[in-house]
Amino acid sequence: MTRTLLSPWTLRSTRGRIGYWLVFVVVLALFTIAFVVPLVWMLLGAMKSAPELARTPPTILPDRFTLGSYVEAWNFMDLAGYFRNTVIVAAGAWLLQLAVIVPAAYALSKLRPVLGNWILGLMLATLMLPASALLVPTYLTITDVPVAGVNLINNPAAIWLPAAANAFNLYLLKRFFDQIPTELLDAARIDGAGSVTTLVRIVLPLSRPILAVVSIFAIVAAWKDFIWPLLVLQDPGIQTLSVALQRFEPDTPINLMLAGLVLASIPMVVAFLIFQRQILAGLSAGGLKG
Amino acid sequence: MSITAIPVRTPSTPDGVRAGRAPGRLRRRITDNLTAYGFLCAALVCFALFSWYPIVRGVLLSFQQVNFVTDPEWVGWQNFATLFADPLFLIAWRNTLYFTGLALVVGFAIPFAVAIVLNELRHAKGYFRMVVYLPVMLPPVVVAILWKWFYDPGPGLFNTMLESVGLPGLAWISSTNTSMLSLVLVATWSAMGSATLIYLAALATIPGELYEAAELDGANVLQRLRHVTIPQTRFVLLVMLLMQIIATMQVFTEPYVMTGGGPEDSTVTVLLLLYRYAFTYNDFGTASAMSLLLFVFLGGFSALYLKLTKSEG
Repeated sequence: MTRTLLSPWTLRSTRGRIGYWLVFVVVLALFTIAFVVPLVWMLLGAMKSAPELARTPPTILPDRFTLGSYVEAWNFMDLAGYFRNTVIVAAGAWLLQLAVIVPAAYALSKLRPVLGNWILGLMLATLMLPASALLVPTYLTITDVPVAGVNLINNPAAIWLPAAANAFNLYLLKRFFDQIPTELLDAARIDGAGSVTTLVRIVLPLSRPILAVVSIFAIVAAWKDFIWPLLVLQDPGIQTLSVALQRFEPDTPINLMLAGLVLASIPMVVAFLIFQRQILAGLSAGGLKG
Repeated sequence: MSITAIPVRTPSTPDGVRAGRAPGRLRRRITDNLTAYGFLCAALVCFALFSWYPIVRGVLLSFQQVNFVTDPEWVGWQNFATLFADPLFLIAWRNTLYFTGLALVVGFAIPFAVAIVLNELRHAKGYFRMVVYLPVMLPPVVVAILWKWFYDPGPGLFNTMLESVGLPGLAWISSTNTSMLSLVLVATWSAMGSATLIYLAALATIPGELYEAAELDGANVLQRLRHVTIPQTRFVLLVMLLMQIIATMQVFTEPYVMTGGGPEDSTVTVLLLLYRYAFTYNDFGTASAMSLLLFVFLGGFSALYLKLTKSEG
């Protein structure tokens, strides 16, 4: 434990100890009220009946604990279908993005073709644009993709393809690949390995940590995204959970709505609990090391 | 270094070696480049179609009228004139700047203060980090719908809490006075986890000796905070400030889901108006002109942000 703002001596004195525990209890209470209570309130709310939810003052615990609302919400909003759509969108965005940016980052980092730095510069320049400044022209491009001449509205590819052009994740990968010693790749080359073999057998196994970070970023971003799927997935049959919940919100009983919110959040919360370490490591991977 | 540079001894004459090597090396370079571009081509296609082309097209569209029936027509600055003639345009910018300003006051100071306090606590560290980050993982639509329910003036959670301690309830998103502030609270709640954890990581890198030296020189806690903690985290603070300005100027989900821009246009943001121009009025030219203005406004912040993170990262 390195020393921080407060000196260890101050903390060890009687007054210091009392002060420390006082602050600790206050922070614990505030954090619980601010971040845990709202989520518990949502979980409990989903178990109450609609008339119970309309009562003032509200009941704290539901009259009876039941998972009925969850089942009812699942059927009422056909959540199974929206879950499937969201999984298709997120998984496709993730896999396509990796398939596109991993080889590109490898080429830019290790194969270093003519104009490679130029291309990297042009890719990074896209990060300067606020994402929303591109909404309209990208939407119009999706309605009539140049060269291919297809309209991708209401097609999950409308989300997958733009997601693959992710300069930020590409740059994270490239920077990681840069640190892999070239001697290792040369050794593989002497043993007769081609570029593909080197990438698959040497570079990728060494890059598991950064691949985990990029994968989590890609999946979480796709799961949470709202405005882009709202624009390109207009057919209710293929909408994602976020778009569908927002569409159902005005005319769905509040208890069913809450159950739907809980269900839509569960995959992300579970993913967070499992991959907490990678997610928190990924937070500082974006070049934010002080 | 590539392996081709290692000279290979062959029994042939020196002339023959040289003659054979030069074209061989050229061929090798061509093959290497072809391979590299093979690896790059998928990314080049994706960037060209969904990033570079839309950027160029966005600029062109700002000066065109698009109706999908006939070819786009050049209209000069007319789209911009339309915007400036629309009273909502100024309202949207004023609302958005107000949102960004409030978000800086609330959302910039709080995570830093929270991180400084958390950094001093020696117990339940994992719990604090986990719960502060949980809202970040929730889909923004879920958060917006959930908070809309909390804000309900009748049986909503917030007024119940206020009334339980004897305070009067508020109208929250239903009053022009508090609507924007209410949206800032949601946005801060859902995003402060990442800022807090980034600050915590930065605070952990401050060498303990600096605090010790400052203390030996007689600096009290506030002086140590001012002369050690803040200078040592200045870079991260600046980067987060820029990031937050860029993100909050593009606020959309909260007003779209929670208020639809109301009451009385008090939460119409730039992006919400842009959305209306494009997808309600089908006026893609004017919407693009609006994107261009937003880009010009934020471009400077973005460029500075990129420069800072690239040089220091």
